[in-house]
Amino acid sequence: MTLRGITKRFGAVQALSGVDLDVFPGEVVAIVGDNGAGKSTLVKVLSGVHSQDEGTITFEDEPVSIPDPAAAREMGISSVFQDLALCDNLDVVANLFLGREVTASRIMNEEEMERRSWELLRQLSARIPSVRIPIASLSGGQRQTVAIARSLIGDPKVVILDEPTAALGVAQTAEVLNLIERLRERGHGVILISHNLADVQAVADRVVVLRLGRNNGTFNVRDVSYEEIIAAITGASDNAVTRRAAATRTSEENPA
Amino acid sequence: MTSPSMQSPEKAAPAVRAAADLEDERLLRGRGLAGAASAFGHRVRSGDLGSLPVVIGLVIIWAAFGVTTHGDFFDAQNLVNLAVQCAGPGLIAVGIVLVLLLGEIDLSIGSVSGLSAAILGVGLVNHGWPFVPVLVLALVVGAAIGLLYGFLFTRFGVPSFVITLAGLLTFLGVQLALLNTSGSINLPSDSFIVKFSLFDYLLPWQAYLLAFVGAGALFMSDLLANRRRLHAGLSGRSLAGSAIKCVALLVVLLAVAYYLATDRGTGVSFVFLVVVVVVVNFFITRTRWGRSIYAVGGNVEAARRAGIRVNAVYLTVFMLCSMFAVLGGLVSAGNLTAVTLSAGTGDVNLNAIAAAVIGGTSLFGGRGNAWSALLGVVVVQSIANGLNLMNFAGDAPRFIVTGIVLLLAVIVDSLSRRSRQSHGAA
Repeated sequence: MTLRGITKRFGAVQALSGVDLDVFPGEVVAIVGDNGAGKSTLVKVLSGVHSQDEGTITFEDEPVSIPDPAAAREMGISSVFQDLALCDNLDVVANLFLGREVTASRIMNEEEMERRSWELLRQLSARIPSVRIPIASLSGGQRQTVAIARSLIGDPKVVILDEPTAALGVAQTAEVLNLIERLRERGHGVILISHNLADVQAVADRVVVLRLGRNNGTFNVRDVSYEEIIAAITGASDNAVTRRAAATRTSEENPA
Repeated sequence: MTSPSMQSPEKAAPAVRAAADLEDERLLRGRGLAGAASAFGHRVRSGDLGSLPVVIGLVIIWAAFGVTTHGDFFDAQNLVNLAVQCAGPGLIAVGIVLVLLLGEIDLSIGSVSGLSAAILGVGLVNHGWPFVPVLVLALVVGAAIGLLYGFLFTRFGVPSFVITLAGLLTFLGVQLALLNTSGSINLPSDSFIVKFSLFDYLLPWQAYLLAFVGAGALFMSDLLANRRRLHAGLSGRSLAGSAIKCVALLVVLLAVAYYLATDRGTGVSFVFLVVVVVVVNFFITRTRWGRSIYAVGGNVEAARRAGIRVNAVYLTVFMLCSMFAVLGGLVSAGNLTAVTLSAGTGDVNLNAIAAAVIGGTSLFGGRGNAWSALLGVVVVQSIANGLNLMNFAGDAPRFIVTGIVLLLAVIVDSLSRRSRQSHGAA
């Protein structure tokens, strides 16, 4: 999937201006940036919640438009929203298959859905005590697991995770990171939005930095240091001090 | 708390592969009858009360009336009357259950039921139309009203209680306008709706047959579900448990049928109510449409993002609620053998809402089932019936007692919701 020149305005605010993004199968792309950098807006454009004002989205070499969430899902883009969007009163199976229930002659096939739920959760090595208990009685990490597992139903090509570890403890975060690696192994393209650079460095292949609605650098995680990413996020690499440092270095290297 | 999954990938493969849903060793595994009983106890303690409060409440109310009326309450004749009186309000309550599952409310059901009674009276008696066209007309009017509510709700986002409060007054006005020239209309006692609501009873053998069919169908559905579970590689459920459940149901149904048959028998309208409840419950638990009702009631935004057409769910449910109010109004009118200016006024609204809530459907949305309409309406009508037998005729004592019982039911609903939250099962 390729995005070129995505621009989105909300009234007087230019949320995104000319953002480019590529995602390939079997790759985890992290999008990082400060608050207001446009991460969530970009995700919403991808998942069909908002549509872009300008720019093109190419999916499997075909130009596409994503007018609403259903269209995104049909295309094979599924999103795990930050608030998870689970129904607390329904059980795990019902949530996993919500809106995509398996039916036999118009009647829901609960047994088939339960079987597939266990299969999917086991593939993800997820630890859910029972798929017949309401979501409300699960822990935060388990809910996140259910939300991620739900995004895989219908076998999407790209999975978008918006701040999946923001509300989690240490062990649960580790579990979600394992899940993300398993998504990559299964050949999904993963877009990971995160504030947590430790998480990003742990699982991402590439890091795309947004700053004030613009691309501010793309790095391969292996070749980049924590400080360089921070610098790109804050814009610290482009200020009076760094310019002076660069100038000094140049003059040292080339003494008159 | 979850354990990091790296701890157990080397878990020794069990010699016999456990059913897919029992592989996790942390599961509290209860098998057979004892397991079913302990699971039930756990559910109740954590605040998932289901129908338990209403059953206990019903036993208390019946015992109290049995004592205060010196046993007159349990006369076969009285119980036959009670069953027939349940049909009209019960049908209205079924519609309210659907609306409550969405977390919305319809306060105009009384007026809509009164309007349908007025259509019945004017059409059947004043114009001499046959019953079926009148029924269809009333249902179409009900559907149109529900559609209007659904449109106003989804298009303008006006809270449903305000829309339906406006509807309450408007359709009461339409009812009065329809009956303006003729006043109250007596229905001929040989008309279909009066016979259906008041005079038609099952023959004893029909009632017994129905009892066997009901219990047998329940057992068959358990058996088939169990077979599907095993086929899908899941653990089976306790067959002994479901056999005991079905035999108990059969015994209760046969006892009821036998006792009612010592007087006139089981009213056809009551059987109709039970069938409606069974059918509606099937639709809301086993179809995608029903699942989407629960989803919208639980979390509208999640339902929308899951691709559910939320507006369509609201529209269909408001329409069905008004249509059930129409049916309830027709049966109530038949029961009274008259269409009066006060049909559908007074406590009709609150009785139906009280029935649904007393029966265990939550006011907060997403929780409940169609059976709560039946159980709740039996409670509400028992109160009315018992007070009548105690010579507390008139509306005043009935209003007071029903009001208090509704309040108790809402308190139970709120407390169990709080308990669920504290047990992590909101």
